Amino acid sequence: MQTEPTQSKNILLLREFVSYLRTLHIDTLEQKWIAIAMMIIAFLVGIITVDALFHGINPPSKVETIDSASVHLSKEFAEDNLGVQRDNSGKIIVRMVALRYSFIPKHLEVPAETPITFRWVSTDVLHGVNIPMTNMSTMIVPGYVAEVTTTFPKPGEYPLLCNEYCGLGHNHMWSTIAVIAKEEWVAKTTATPPALTK
Amino acid sequence: MNDTAERKLILCHLWVAFAAFIVACFMGEYQVLERSGLLPALESPTVYFASVSTHGVLMAFVLTTFFIMGFGYALASSSLKQPIWNKPLAWGAFWLALVGVVLAAVPLLLGKASVLYTFYPPMVGHAAFYLGATLLVIGSWIWCAIMLVMFTQWKTANPTKNVPLAMFATAANALLWLWASAGVALEVLFQLIPLSLGWIDTIDPGLARTLFAWTLHPIVYFWLIPAYTAFYVFVPKQAGGFLFSDEMARMAFIVLAVFALPIGFHHLYMDPEQASGWKLLHGIGTFVVALPTLVTGFTVIASLEIAGRLRGGKGLFGWIGTLPWGNTMVLAVILSLLMLIFGGFGGIVNASYAMNAMVHNTAWVPGHFHLIFAGTTVIMYFAIAYYLWPLLLRKPLFSNQLALLQLWTWFIGMSILTTPWHVLGLLGQPRRISTVVYNNLLTLAWKPYELMMIFGGLILLGSACLLIYNLVKTQVTPYAGQFTDEIDYAEPIHKVGVLPEYLNGLTVWNKVIAVLMALSFGFPILQFFFMDTFGSSAWGN
Repeated sequence: MQTEPTQSKNILLLREFVSYLRTLHIDTLEQKWIAIAMMIIAFLVGIITVDALFHGINPPSKVETIDSASVHLSKEFAEDNLGVQRDNSGKIIVRMVALRYSFIPKHLEVPAETPITFRWVSTDVLHGVNIPMTNMSTMIVPGYVAEVTTTFPKPGEYPLLCNEYCGLGHNHMWSTIAVIAKEEWVAKTTATPPALTK
Repeated sequence: MNDTAERKLILCHLWVAFAAFIVACFMGEYQVLERSGLLPALESPTVYFASVSTHGVLMAFVLTTFFIMGFGYALASSSLKQPIWNKPLAWGAFWLALVGVVLAAVPLLLGKASVLYTFYPPMVGHAAFYLGATLLVIGSWIWCAIMLVMFTQWKTANPTKNVPLAMFATAANALLWLWASAGVALEVLFQLIPLSLGWIDTIDPGLARTLFAWTLHPIVYFWLIPAYTAFYVFVPKQAGGFLFSDEMARMAFIVLAVFALPIGFHHLYMDPEQASGWKLLHGIGTFVVALPTLVTGFTVIASLEIAGRLRGGKGLFGWIGTLPWGNTMVLAVILSLLMLIFGGFGGIVNASYAMNAMVHNTAWVPGHFHLIFAGTTVIMYFAIAYYLWPLLLRKPLFSNQLALLQLWTWFIGMSILTTPWHVLGLLGQPRRISTVVYNNLLTLAWKPYELMMIFGGLILLGSACLLIYNLVKTQVTPYAGQFTDEIDYAEPIHKVGVLPEYLNGLTVWNKVIAVLMALSFGFPILQFFFMDTFGSSAWGN
């Protein structure tokens, strides 16, 4: 019932605001600068928004909870499941557990130029992880699964470092990841299954 | 600043601020030295993280809060030309905050609260640390109340006049801080204190981080606004000119106060507990808040140009040379703006949403905030101190030459400290490590930059000692002459007519903030109560 008078009151207020805005003394040079500043901001915001909405370039943001106190009992993060695995659709998934003061497993091997989905959980406090020179980075918050998908363009041996303060032994928390050429990885992984042995 | 009692109140606040500052400077230099591994005897993660936690608390909470309170009293009493409202209450706030600092300092220095100044639950420090921090914040809330009461009383008594710009900025900062501190207050009161005392068994770190992010962006504007206030209300006059635009200054403060608040998720870009849509929304807001800084840069440089030309500067850049480089306020603003250009560029990189993955939690981040806070902001705190000390003590500054040397060395030291720090981040070095033990070739590339940082830190430490020496000498040197200087505010070049309420009051903006905060934090906070979350139990350090 009250909506209509409030609405017209708001419109009146808005009109008043705009008319005040017109009486403001803003130097023409300053007006130009404000226009330029707004264009710079619009340009930067535009790039980010288009990338996010149309190219799917977003930070790791999958809101998924897990009980950190019983990660070892969970099916997904049971010890046998950790490390590099292929799911049914052929996607490469890396499951890692972060705990004071190491990442499990200690060493990984993944192919270059292939999308890889990392799933991280913490069993205790906050951790973070990044692989220098790549965009693999995420916080690992206890109670949540951190998921990030990325592709490593260049083969090489990379460190995988804890980058969030997690206690006095924080700087001892790291693993290594070997990114190997795609063909080499295919040869390695297809060689093992018994079906392919002659 | 109207009588001895008021000057004493202000001076006490500023001395606590700078005492915290000098202690923290020594810790900073120890930290770069320890981290480099140059002196193996120094290496101790226990001492290192106790030091990092204390350094952060002293610089970010004690230096800033006490400085802002003292400076606010100075601006309010001098610009409104009325006594500080309820001085006993102001002293009460001072002592409450000081007791809080001491209470927090004990566990910090004993290594019982090495949880860093950003708290980081489910790691939990000693309860005294959180209680002390709470008292400090309550002290600052009382200051906010005093500022807003003085602002309102003056407006009621002078309905046809515009609130002086200095007071408008201070009141906007008080409003900003009341809103900003609510997030961390909720975290501390409902999560950290109960957990540290064992009243509750678990907390949700996702919720804790969301509440802290509420505070974490606007708090840096709480620290920055006093520096911007000096840009607008002191610099033009000190340079010998006029303020380019009073109205644009007000607009800048309003946009800062309003848009600094609903954008805290750029601290959570890499976090799993918030969805990408909310992060993008906050990310866009982060870019909006760059606008008042760009406007401030323009207005301040334009004001300097007016001054330079009035002093006989000719040609496109000739006015720069004619500026009074020997004036501490003018020198500080030039150095501050230089650091703002580079720090602001770094900030845009951090704010750039998914690109943040490349720098998140690397050494780039402390490099960035040292440049923009310890550089841009704190160098203005120095200039304000050099300006206020003589006015507060009613005698001239001990040495203007030393003050100029101090500002230059601070700028040079900060450049030498933060440039390699940024590079280290790009080379993948994580922040917050006490030593480098990764068995990897990459770390060899870090060495020379770490050594450069020690050198930068040494220059900064020397500069900090010079500041304290000058301030102490000013205080203890007797002066027989008559000191008549008063605080001198800049005049706008165009006379300002009667301003509309939205440029002269904060009521409307308070409502706008409430709406924006509900929109940007409402769902992200409520979601924790609707989804199945699992609490985390407390861990020591």
